[in-house]
Order: sequence, then C-alpha cells, then structure tokens
Amino acid sequence: MAKITFITQDDENIVLEADSGSVMALAVENGVSGIDGDCGGVCSCATCHVHVNPDQVSQTGEASEIEKDMLELDDNANEYSRLCCQIEISEKLDGLILTVAN
Amino acid sequence: MSDMQTLNGNCIIIGASHAGVNAAFALRKEGWQGAITIFDTDPTLPYHRPPLSKAYLTSDDGIEKNLLKAEQSYEKNNISLSLGIKITLIDRQKQLIHTEDGELHNYSKLIIATGARPFIPPIKGIDSAHQLYPLRTAEDVNHIRQAMLNSDSQRVVIIGGGYIGLETAASLKKMGANVTVLERESRILARVTAPLMSDYFQQLHHEHGVEVFTAKDVISIETKDDSNTVICADGSQYPADIIIVGVGIRVNTELALEAGLDIENGIKVDNAARTNDNDIYAIGDCSFHHNPHYNRLIRLESVQNAVDQAKVAAASICGKDVTYDTLPWFWSDQYDVKLQMVGLSSGYNKVILRKETDDEGKFSVWYFDHDRLLSVDTINHAKAYVVGTKLIKSGAVINQSKLADSRIALHPDNLI
Ligand SMILES: Cc1cc2nc3c(=O)[nH]c(=O)nc-3n(C[C@H](O)[C@H](O)[C@H](O)COP(=O)(O)OP(=O)(O)OC[C@H]3O[C@@H](n4cnc5c(N)ncnc54)[C@H](O)[C@@H]3O)c2cc1C
Ligand code: FES
Repeated sequence: MAKITFITQDDENIVLEADSGSVMALAVENGVSGIDGDCGGVCSCATCHVHVNPDQVSQTGEASEIEKDMLELDDNANEYSRLCCQIEISEKLDGLILTVAN
Repeated sequence: MSDMQTLNGNCIIIGASHAGVNAAFALRKEGWQGAITIFDTDPTLPYHRPPLSKAYLTSDDGIEKNLLKAEQSYEKNNISLSLGIKITLIDRQKQLIHTEDGELHNYSKLIIATGARPFIPPIKGIDSAHQLYPLRTAEDVNHIRQAMLNSDSQRVVIIGGGYIGLETAASLKKMGANVTVLERESRILARVTAPLMSDYFQQLHHEHGVEVFTAKDVISIETKDDSNTVICADGSQYPADIIIVGVGIRVNTELALEAGLDIENGIKVDNAARTNDNDIYAIGDCSFHHNPHYNRLIRLESVQNAVDQAKVAAASICGKDVTYDTLPWFWSDQYDVKLQMVGLSSGYNKVILRKETDDEGKFSVWYFDHDRLLSVDTINHAKAYVVGTKLIKSGAVINQSKLADSRIALHPDNLI
C-alpha cells in the first residue's frame, strides 16, 4: 500500500492510498482537481502534470524521453515534472508528495 | 453580462461524453451556480472513447477503469447525470427539451454535445450478418470481446482502414485473432495522411500478420449458420466469424436540425461555440466551427476538440469573451507504435520526411503549403511533435533542407 499526497493549485491537500494502477488514475478516481487525464493515460495530452517533491525524486524515478518531450509544451514544467499517468503505483511510492502543476 | 441571474440559470447538456462532461465541469470552474444536468442515451457512467479500440479492448477491465470522471466527482460538483435517457426534441420557443418518456425540462442555456454515431453502409446482407459490430461505445466493446470468446477460429474482417479500423485490427491481432482489413480507397488513411504514412501503416500491419487489402469495395455479406462471407466488387471473398464496421460516422445533427439551428457539415457555431440561437451551444464532434489557424470552417473528431471547445463554451456561457483557437492535435496507438499529429494537413503541396539517425523506429512527416508549415505527423517521436507544434504556432518560415537533414538537431532555433 502506498500513501500519496496531492497538493492542488488551490492548496487543497488530498491524501490517497492505493497499491496498483497509475497515479493519474488514482487522482481522477478521487477527483483531484487539475489532473484531467484527457488521453486516458497514454502520454499524449500532458493534462496529468505534477511536480514531484524534490527530495523524493528517487522514489518516482525520472521522466522518460517521451514524457520530457511532451512536458516541453507546458510552461509550468521544471526538472521535477512528471506526467503522472506514467507513474505506476507500488510500495515504493509510499509517502510521496506531488504538487499538481495546473 | 455575468450577473447573478445569468449564472443561476439552468444549464442542460445533451450528450455525456468527452465534450458534454468536460463542459459541465468547466461550467462549475467558471462559476456557474445554477443546476447542470447532462443527458445521455448511453446508460454507462461517461467513459473515455479512445481506449475502446486500443488498450481497453485487449484488457479484461470493466468500464469503471476507464471513466472520464469518478462518480463522486459529479456529486461533489453538483452535476446531475441523467443516463439512459434519449432527448427527442428541443423546443426553442419555450426553452424546453423533451425526453423520450415525455418529460419536459426547461433550460436557460443548452449545450448540444451529441457527437456522432457509426455509419453502417447499405451493403447487401449487412443487417443479417452474424457478429457484426461497429466500435463506438462500451457496449460495442462488450459485444466484440464476447464474440471473440464465442469464436474458435476468430477470423475477423474489418471493413474500413481508418484509425478505428486499424487500431481495432492491431488490438484483435494482439488478442490472437486472424485479422483482415478491407479498405475501399487505393490506400489506407487516404483522407488524413500522405501516401508515405499510408505505406508505413500498411507495412506495419503486414509485419504483425494483419493483411490490409486496398481498393476493396465490399458489396455484400452472405451469412450461413454462424459464418459470414464478405464479398467485394472485384469478386474476392473473405470468410469472417466476426465483422467490424469502421467506415466513418454520421454526425448527430437531427435534434439541432429539427430545432431550426444552422447546419452544414455539423451544427454551425461561432468562435465561442454558440449556434445561431444565443442560448444554445454546440461542441465536440457535432460542431462545425471556424479554425483561425487555417481560416476555414471545419468539423473535427478528436478528444482535443471536444475538451477545448467545451471549455470555451463554458466560459462564454459564464459571460467571458472567449475565442476557440486551439491548434488541433490527435494521436493513435497501434501495436507499440505511437502516432501523434498536430495541425491539419489538408491543402498541402509538399511533404518532407525527416528520419533520425539515432533510432530507425522514429520519424516525422512535415506537411507544407509552399513555405507554410501546416501539420506534422510523428511516429514514436514526441520531440518532433512538440517542435512541430511550436513551429506551427509561431508561423515561422522553416528552412526545409535543414529540416530534412537528420544531422541537424531537431530544435526550433535550428530550423528557421
Ligand atoms: C474507437 C474510437 C477511438 C478513438 N480514438 C481517438 C484517439 O486516439 N484520439 C482522439 O483524439 N480521438 C479519438 N477518438 C475520437 C473521440 O473519441 C471523439 O472525438 C470524442 O468522443 C468526441 O466527443 P463528443 O462528446 O463530441 O461526442 P461523442 O463521444 O460522440 O458523444 C456524444 C454523446 O451524445 C449522446 N447522444 C447523442 N444524441 C443524443 C440524444 N438525442 N439524447 C441523449 N444523448 C445523446 C451519445 O449517446 C454520446 O454518448 C476515437 C473515437 C472512437 C470511437
Ligand atoms: S493522461 Fe494524457 S499524458 Fe497523462
């Protein structure tokens, strides 16, 4: 089980727990605002953009090449950016804090 | 005019798919305070359509894994979903809609997001064919999955080599079916891409063991017991346990037409997605609108268009002065190939193919009208997609020989 905290643009803190699936799916299932997941999770829309807490990048790993490229379309992107449909939930993510980028 | 009275009205949305659902949530974001009700004939909680022909088809997932929004998000945002209900009439004078069961609902603002339905061509024998399905709804996928389970030989014929037909071919192949695609035109994807892309996809399918035959005009289907034979004008015949029809769509304009709204190739709207009735908007697949990048009227079938136009309509309804001006984009996934497209290629007179030295599997196709970059199709190449997007938006004149030179790194600054 992994406990993941989402901080939205209106400073709402949403703590969710799951053990599988993508982080985007978890966020959408729980109505986290700013995570739309318009493409259904295939890294095509960039509407699932989060910033990983800088101290926890080792938990999520780095963005893949296609993710990095897609993130270039978003002005809010930085080195901690991920498209969270590309992050699979596992124990490893326990305690993760993500800031919703938009 | 965003006075309280306007924002407190009653907004009704017909169609609970990508366009309608996004419009409802966008209305709340924009400050709409009155009721929002979305009607749809489909009884299922609103879901993503693109995965239906892709990952969802090949999975065992139920539709709950594929929802546009969680059920509680509708409650949280005070959006009521009236599913399994068909709207039969729009009465503009009285500002009412009629449901199939004779209920009347009054609106102050109405959004038509009725999308499109599969076109079933008038082929002899099509109505009595065994296990013949279109692919547009979750229910269609259930039928196709069930048909796959029912069939031992799993011989599938797909009529139509467009995106949906080809994606379905790739998915059913992955599930172990024997798949044949029959396309009427001389090449697949003829309306949407350059010949070299058609060739690429034809070859891709061939390599995966899916035969794609072009110039095949299906004229009849003969069905005996549980088996069909698909017969083409040139006399060729293809046996099929399952037939998928993917020959395009018909726009759901009937309600709008009967209500006297302007219709052309879809419901005609202005740049804020408003019809010729100030209180009625039309968004998504059903809307015929102006695109400022190409300065022409278009109708699009894409998630991007449905979502972005929904947001524009919602903002306009809430009194904002907005213009729909997004550059169109689209994607398709087949096997492990990702196609991403940006812009509209129609009207091109020149195509530049750019290969990359570091990876044979990725390339991009750039469509020009003389100097002007119109659109880019990219294969496994998100960078080219992003650079293409930026260049089209900037309107910069591109050095075409540099673009074609794979030794020059793909970056907007290098190509001007
Ligand atoms: C298999 C498939 C794969 C696709 N793949 C992609 C892709 O990879 N990328 C992409 O960008 N796009 C893709 N698309 C296109 C995309 O799904 C559509 O553009 C999008 O669904 C349009 O949304 P919409 O809300 O405008 O219309 P629709 O999705 O057509 O929804 C319209 C809704 O209105 C309802 N309705 C109609 N009339 C009435 C009525 N009288 N009363 C009540 N309800 C009514 C219908 O039941 C329907 O649910 C795909 C489509 C399909 C079918
Ligand atoms: S959901 Fe579309 S990129 Fe993540």
